Amino acid sequence: MNSILSIRDVSKTYASGHAALKQINLEIERGEIFALLGPNGAGKTTLISIICGIVTRSAGEILADGRDIDREYRDVRSLIGLVPQELSTDAFESVWDTVCFSRGLFGKAPNTAYIESLLKQLSLWEKRNSRILALSGGMKRRVMIAKALSHEPKILFLDEPTAGVDVELRRDMWQMVRELREQGVTIILTTHYIEEAEEMADRIGVIRRGELILVEDKNELMNKLGRKELRVQLQSPLEVVPEPLAEFNLSLSEDGQTLTYHFDAQHEHTGIAELIRRLGQQGLDFKDLQSRQSSLEEIFVSLVGDQR
Amino acid sequence: MNIHGILAIYRFEMARTRRTLMQSIISPVLSTSLYFIVFGTAIGSRMGEIDGIEYGAYIIPGLLMLSLLSESISNASFGIFFPKFSGTIYEVLSAPVSPLEVVIGYVGAAATKSVMIGTLILLTARIFVDYSLDHPLWVITFLLLTSITFSMFGFIIGIWADDFQKLQLIPLMVITPLTFLGGAFYSITMLPEPWQSLSLFNPVVYLISGLRWAFYGAADVNLGVSLSMTLLFLFLCLSGTWWIFRTGYKLKQ
Ligand SMILES: Nc1ncnc2c1ncn2[C@@H]1O[C@H](COP(=O)(O)OP(=O)(O)OP(=O)(O)O)[C@@H](O)[C@H]1O
Ligand SMILES: [Mg+2]
Repeated sequence: MNSILSIRDVSKTYASGHAALKQINLEIERGEIFALLGPNGAGKTTLISIICGIVTRSAGEILADGRDIDREYRDVRSLIGLVPQELSTDAFESVWDTVCFSRGLFGKAPNTAYIESLLKQLSLWEKRNSRILALSGGMKRRVMIAKALSHEPKILFLDEPTAGVDVELRRDMWQMVRELREQGVTIILTTHYIEEAEEMADRIGVIRRGELILVEDKNELMNKLGRKELRVQLQSPLEVVPEPLAEFNLSLSEDGQTLTYHFDAQHEHTGIAELIRRLGQQGLDFKDLQSRQSSLEEIFVSLVGDQR
Repeated sequence: MNIHGILAIYRFEMARTRRTLMQSIISPVLSTSLYFIVFGTAIGSRMGEIDGIEYGAYIIPGLLMLSLLSESISNASFGIFFPKFSGTIYEVLSAPVSPLEVVIGYVGAAATKSVMIGTLILLTARIFVDYSLDHPLWVITFLLLTSITFSMFGFIIGIWADDFQKLQLIPLMVITPLTFLGGAFYSITMLPEPWQSLSLFNPVVYLISGLRWAFYGAADVNLGVSLSMTLLFLFLCLSGTWWIFRTGYKLKQ
């Protein structure tokens, strides 16, 4: 069994009667980076909170590393680190103390060398004696990450780790996440920046109104759902698309300079070779060819789009 | 047992005490000292003895109990209320600590602080009033039992309260009146009926009476009864805490 996390038929109905999760089934593979996408209120935080023991589930079963998260909560929880969506930190403690507190809370003996390297890696070392309330938002976010990593977890949840974070820190975080993955840590992240998922994730899950509507390998997803297009820049403009090219469903730009061909990248015969040949037969000369794939963002919007 | 986890919570809470030394330790000791000055030295000298004990000395166990109760409750309730309020409770909930360990950490720290305050009050009282302890071991026992029990009670209040007002409601509206009416300043045998019998429904009577017996060997109610009642409160608070964690009451959605 290679999955490190098995989520089976998990449902959650809040006391308010709101069904936040409906029969979620999901296997997270060991060592992968899994991105959970979905609009606001889709249930991402709820799912993470249930796995981490912060919210009780209404139904279902969850195994982490083959162990039941309730019956063997001690073993399970020491495996897991969580960076929550909300920036809730203590105010008056120093950075150093709060990170050491987290490590102790998770049952690990003190290890100053490890905490030191962690703080250095997150550029927090200079701030180790500062009180948390004196830090900027981005710095607090780093402290939350340091706390989550303080006990050397094997599974890391990042609930919107880069919300309100500047470009530089975001790059740093991506780098850090990749390094963690190399060390064998499994990472589950939620994000509203699709480019982030596109950049980082091995697999992607899309959740909408409490239902997991899609789980796919990122590259496959982009191949499968991402439409590809070929743009042909012509030497001389056309008035209309010539009749012999009609079967290709080409679209012509306003200025008549560009022909655009949409094709299915999965299909064995994309039709590109045939198109080029026909263009030659028609005596249409072209100066440039561009092929482009639609981004994950476009795929995401088409999936959840307006159906909130 | 997650010893590191318990220690982490305990140390965290004790660090909070250290940061707020003035408010958390010095101020209760100072305000209790005022009582000793006013009732012990100034007014006490004009009052007769009660049960053969000088008035200034007679009120020490009651005043000590008053501080212990209110400090234990406010301390422990704030200790757990604040993480709930600020959201940092998520970390404790997601950590591999059992409910028992969480309680040992929070309640242990609050009780430690109460015992420190109690000891300081006893020492300060000696400056103003002459007294001696008949049964020092029993004094320590009651001090510990009360601190632990009411820290646990405070813990429950801290979980129940969802705003600052509720947090202060019980100590202010319940504990203080019960202590004043519970024989802190008089013997309940001095009360006319039906107040004397009604007083027996006041739980604080047993706490004060037990402690007074430990001090001077004389009390309104029998030692066995006081002790049983104290243990009963401890048991009730334990059950309450156990129930909270079992059901996730107000801790988990
Ligand atoms: N404590 C609660 N009581 C009642 N309903 C809740 C509670 N917490 C969340 N919800 C509801 O459950 C749904 C899912 O919320 P959740 O926080 O899991 O969404 P999310 O996917 O994390 O959204 P976001 O992208 O905004 O963080 C929302 O409709 C929310 O209003
Ligand atoms: Mg969320």
